[in-house]
Amino acid sequence: MPQTIGIPKETFAGEKRVATVPEVVSKLIKLGFAVIVESGAGNYASFFDDAYAEAGARIAPDATVLWSSSDIVFKVRAPEMSEVALMKTGQTLISFIWPAENPDLMKALAAKKVTVLAMDCVPRLLSRAQKMDALTSMAGIGGYRAVIEAANAFGRYFNGQITAAGKIAPAKVFIAGAGVAGLAAVGTAAGLGAIVRANDTRAEVADQVKSLGGEFVKVDYEEEGSGGGGYAKVMSEGFQKAQREMYAKQAKDVDIIITTALIPGKPAPRLITAEMVASMKPGSVVVDMAAERGGNCELTEPDKAVAKHGVTIIGYTDLASRLAKQSSTLYATNQLRLTEELCKAKDGQIVVNMEDDAIRGFTVIKDGEITWPPPPLKLPAPPAPKAAAPAPKAEEKKKGFGVGTAITFLVGAGLFALIGAYAPAAFLGHFTVFVLAIFVGYMVVWNVTPALHTPLMSVTNAISSIITIGALLQVAPPFVPGRPDDLIRWIAVVGIALTSINMFGGFAVTRRMLLMFHK
Amino acid sequence: MSVSLVTVSYLGATILFILSLGGLSNPETAKRGNWYGVIGMAIAVGATIFGLRVFGLGEAPIVTPSGYGYVAAAMAVGATVGLILAYKVRMTQMPELVAIMHSLVGLAACTIGYASYIDTSIKFTGAEHVIHEMEIYVGVLIGAITFTGSVIAFGKLSGKIGGKPMLLPLRHWINLLGLLVVIWFGYQFVQAAEISNQNAAIATGWVPLIVMTIIALLFGIHMVMAIGGADMPVVISMLNSYSGWAAAATGFMLSNDLLIVVGALVGSSGAILSYIMCRGMNRNFISVIAGGFGTGEGMAAKKADGGPQGEVNPISAAETAELLKEAKNVIIVPGYGMAVAQAQHSVYEITKALREKGVNVRFGIHPVAGRMPGHMNVLLAEAKVPYDIVLEMDELNDDFPDTDVAMVIGANDIVNPAAQEDPTSPIAGMPVLEVWKAKTSIVMKRSMASGYAGIDNPLFYKENNRMLFGDAKKMLDEVLAALRA
Repeated sequence: MPQTIGIPKETFAGEKRVATVPEVVSKLIKLGFAVIVESGAGNYASFFDDAYAEAGARIAPDATVLWSSSDIVFKVRAPEMSEVALMKTGQTLISFIWPAENPDLMKALAAKKVTVLAMDCVPRLLSRAQKMDALTSMAGIGGYRAVIEAANAFGRYFNGQITAAGKIAPAKVFIAGAGVAGLAAVGTAAGLGAIVRANDTRAEVADQVKSLGGEFVKVDYEEEGSGGGGYAKVMSEGFQKAQREMYAKQAKDVDIIITTALIPGKPAPRLITAEMVASMKPGSVVVDMAAERGGNCELTEPDKAVAKHGVTIIGYTDLASRLAKQSSTLYATNQLRLTEELCKAKDGQIVVNMEDDAIRGFTVIKDGEITWPPPPLKLPAPPAPKAAAPAPKAEEKKKGFGVGTAITFLVGAGLFALIGAYAPAAFLGHFTVFVLAIFVGYMVVWNVTPALHTPLMSVTNAISSIITIGALLQVAPPFVPGRPDDLIRWIAVVGIALTSINMFGGFAVTRRMLLMFHK
Repeated sequence: MSVSLVTVSYLGATILFILSLGGLSNPETAKRGNWYGVIGMAIAVGATIFGLRVFGLGEAPIVTPSGYGYVAAAMAVGATVGLILAYKVRMTQMPELVAIMHSLVGLAACTIGYASYIDTSIKFTGAEHVIHEMEIYVGVLIGAITFTGSVIAFGKLSGKIGGKPMLLPLRHWINLLGLLVVIWFGYQFVQAAEISNQNAAIATGWVPLIVMTIIALLFGIHMVMAIGGADMPVVISMLNSYSGWAAAATGFMLSNDLLIVVGALVGSSGAILSYIMCRGMNRNFISVIAGGFGTGEGMAAKKADGGPQGEVNPISAAETAELLKEAKNVIIVPGYGMAVAQAQHSVYEITKALREKGVNVRFGIHPVAGRMPGHMNVLLAEAKVPYDIVLEMDELNDDFPDTDVAMVIGANDIVNPAAQEDPTSPIAGMPVLEVWKAKTSIVMKRSMASGYAGIDNPLFYKENNRMLFGDAKKMLDEVLAALRA
């Protein structure tokens, strides 16, 4: 008997996402499961009942029927107490739970003797768990949407333009926190043409910011800010002071601030004070993506866009939900990957194997027993300290190069001075020509394709037979008494003969080679 | 032709030579570039033969009519020899031809230097005189090194002299001693020029000049003898460069700007090629010139722990043809072995047969494949392989993972994974073609002998590698027959 996966309609006010989409339904059925969807579950995300039915799902008329006929329930938001009441013993729930913030919910679920797998507890650092990591996919969407919301509230173009009606400066966007959401925001804002700056306490993300088209702004204070699990940690007082100064400076300069700073299990850090907001240009926008956890900005009001000091402060907590079709699709895929991990036999039965690091990580309640928090993962030590070691070496090398260049220049200058001091004017004329010709040769030859290296050599070889001029000057000069003309003439004749071999042979063989080259 | 007209002709010739080198940068314009060179040379030589020079207070012919006969005869002899060589030479022998031609330029620089030295009509005084003597000295020095160096390179390339580096004990000290002696005699030579009686001065200067010439000749031999066969591309480009500097030095000696410019052009061109070749082997210029590749301590360490061992998987020509037939993407990596076996035409026939079957065949050329820069390109061009499927290492090295079959024909060191995997290997860090990343690699070799660098190649023992033993040409013909069957 295959297990049935139930998809209820989300009950949380304003939640538009749905836990699975028709495309994924058919894949779940291929894994051997039966799927039942509550009528209207996907309406807000533009996935309608007939699409689910076509993919092979049954449609349940209401939540009661759905919960009672499902063995496994897929949800997006943590269940509300009314939903917990509908659960039955032995059922499995896969959803966002936030066990640290919702101890009462955990107790209620445990009392129901169910198994709960929390999407927010997927161990992100395990590389094979990354395909199940819904936090990452939702954060990415949130970061994108934050920029879109900011653009909507901002009264100007993002990109700079020069139009017939005048020059438009590009918008400047500052992004606090370069996690997944922050990086998505960097990419989106840069894509719209804004000048993007971003900051993070973890120095290692600087390259990622740059790769997306942003500029990394450093806090002028030395401290390592990586707190494990891909999150940042709380920083020292000295660092925070330096950070505040930097934020205050940015606030005066930029048009849009997007904050994404979160520290696990702690309220969101206060990064943007009321004074900073007041110092911003009128018409500026602040999007606070941490509004749900208290906000990074002092003036944020959760779920609202408010105007203060002429600055719009957006504190929406449902950014991902505002892009319901996209976020539902990604979330459904994350859940599908997770189901595949649970159902390796593809027989329509899930197995919660607590020996498996990944599964152990996100199983927060097993058969009514609270198993959260999980034991720490045994991961290989992060390579960060190692990476720090070679860095100074590279610098040394650079320094060495600088010294080398300086020495080269000094030696060159010395030689030139020597030549200038002693050489007669006639020699200097030739010397000038000589040096310039070397540079011309350098410029001309540097572009030669490797395919033509052999012809290039044979043609330079032919050209170097120009030395025959020297022999021609000697072969029969105007008569001067006392010179051993016969001897010189014969030496010159030998010279002419030798160089003629090069002159004729070199050009001929080059021509022969070049004739062979064809497309 | 007046003196001014000669000067202007030289200027025109200079421009044509620059255009010539510039034209060589691209196959489309290369033929025109060669013609620019020919025209430039004709103008320069014509203007010299029929032009006037400043003589006393007036002008006189550069070549008096009495010399025309000599010039015509000498040029006729040279042209005949040159053209015969140019049309007789096989493309696989190009490196030898280029080497021997470099030696001629070097020798000519020596003869002109000597002739200039015994020319009593050249009268300078003071610093100008000293500089003139130094120019002669340096011109002969470079010319002599170029001469014997090129002759030895020719010998090595044509197989008349063994390819292994000849390493004398204390060779660096010998070179240093030679340099010091050359400098000392240079000083003596210039001192001799201070003697006021010209004939006596020339007689005194002979000894230092001749001793220096002998040392330079020996140095040229010693320098190239110490360099292994795998480093030949660097040596050839370096000698190319030297022949240019020799011409430039001659130009200084004769106060002739045309020679100076052309010499500098050729010299810097050769220097750039040497640099590119050195980069292709991840070695610096000094270590190549100091010589002795393949004899370092790294190899000894390698031998001690036995080197990579394992089973090699042989394959037959018929099986090779099967693999090629079923492949979508094939990359052929040719090396010196293809040149030795004269196999380029068979390679082209196979390429043609595979392309007709819709297989995407490309060639991956390592910068130092073969014995001179661009050697493989010339061979493939001779076999009519279109140049747009012949790619440089950097252009296709990332494509090996998507390649079904990588076929290595007579190459070894340039596909050696030890360069990346074994930091103790003597070729560690040298950029190599990553054939082992292809689904299957096939190495055509005569035997399990190691390459010029004298080190074992772990590629042969890789699981996805097959060895096709035998003469490259014979085996390729068999593969071709199987493909057509």
